[in-house]
Amino acid sequence: MSGTYQRPVALFWWLERRSYLLFVLRELSSVFVAWFVVFLLLLVNAISDGAASYERFANWSGHWWVVAINVIAMLFVLLHSVTWFALAPRAMVIKLRGTRVPPPAIVAGHYAAWLLLSAIVAWVVLR
Amino acid sequence: MADEITLEVARYRPELDSEPVMESFQVPLREHWAVLDGLTYIKDQLDGTLSFRWSCRMGICGSCGMTVNGEPQLTCATFLTDYAPGPVRVEPLRNFPVIRDLVVDIGDFMDKLPTVKPWIVRDVQSPVEQGEYLQTPEQLDEYKQFSMCINCMLCYSACPVYSLEPDFIGPAAIALAQRYNLDSRDEGASERLGVLSSPEGIWACTFVGECSAACPKGVDPAGAIQRYKLTAATQAIKGLLMPRSRR
Repeated sequence: MSGTYQRPVALFWWLERRSYLLFVLRELSSVFVAWFVVFLLLLVNAISDGAASYERFANWSGHWWVVAINVIAMLFVLLHSVTWFALAPRAMVIKLRGTRVPPPAIVAGHYAAWLLLSAIVAWVVLR
Repeated sequence: MADEITLEVARYRPELDSEPVMESFQVPLREHWAVLDGLTYIKDQLDGTLSFRWSCRMGICGSCGMTVNGEPQLTCATFLTDYAPGPVRVEPLRNFPVIRDLVVDIGDFMDKLPTVKPWIVRDVQSPVEQGEYLQTPEQLDEYKQFSMCINCMLCYSACPVYSLEPDFIGPAAIALAQRYNLDSRDEGASERLGVLSSPEGIWACTFVGECSAACPKGVDPAGAIQRYKLTAATQAIKGLLMPRSRR
């Protein structure tokens, strides 16, 4: 329509509200999820190439800047996971014997599954 | 309590202004006056050229949505005393082209809405003599929340995805599609699947959640979208595993 006014999107629109900032950080977190996938693949590749290769990878991983990237990545991945679990009951409507499973139970189920899988991974790695 | 409060109102007169300008008005601060009453006072007593939409004044028609102090609100349900001592900044809903002053063009939503078929779709219509399509209270509860949408556009105004990607079908249209998908009398879910699961449909939503926070009727469009994402993903997997099944 001619003569109408369209408000332009501000460059820093994502700082206007806390929820917008959280949304942008969550979007950004996918980059760090991808980083962890690459890091894991490099680790598996190093292990498959033998002890010397794994030693080089371990030394490289110990550099302060790699540790710093991994700490930041972990914070973003935690944000990603926590916000994902928080939204789970909004997406999943599960009924048991005709009554809806309460949302906190669905969230608790997700955290329990997370804990269980982490325990299994820890057992495989540390045994 | 002060006798008056200042309303800073966005004015846009396309024949005069290239962009909105703010104009201040002093209006009486009365206990039961909503922001809409302040605007009506301006129109009746101070400046008859001020343009804004309203109808029912009781949160049903969805006409009087505006941006009040930066938040999308129904101005009939937003009280001046809550903003005392003021000033109260009243602007048009965001993310829509402004036609004049506080009036926005919602044509984009009106074009998108019918694409999700927000009505009861039946494979075969039963003859009228057979009576109504019956429904239990439990079946009503499945979709009742989503049927409360009044098309007030506050959710579109709050949604940053809609402002960045204008092709996004948007929260209310998807919630209304879900209202019919979850209705036991409806058989049109497969007809809505294509539009809803397109890139402009549910997958454009990144769950900011502001649509649900802005909704004055507790519809939770963000929840409707996330639920449908699960449905669409399940349907896609079913289609992959069982390509010959229709639904």
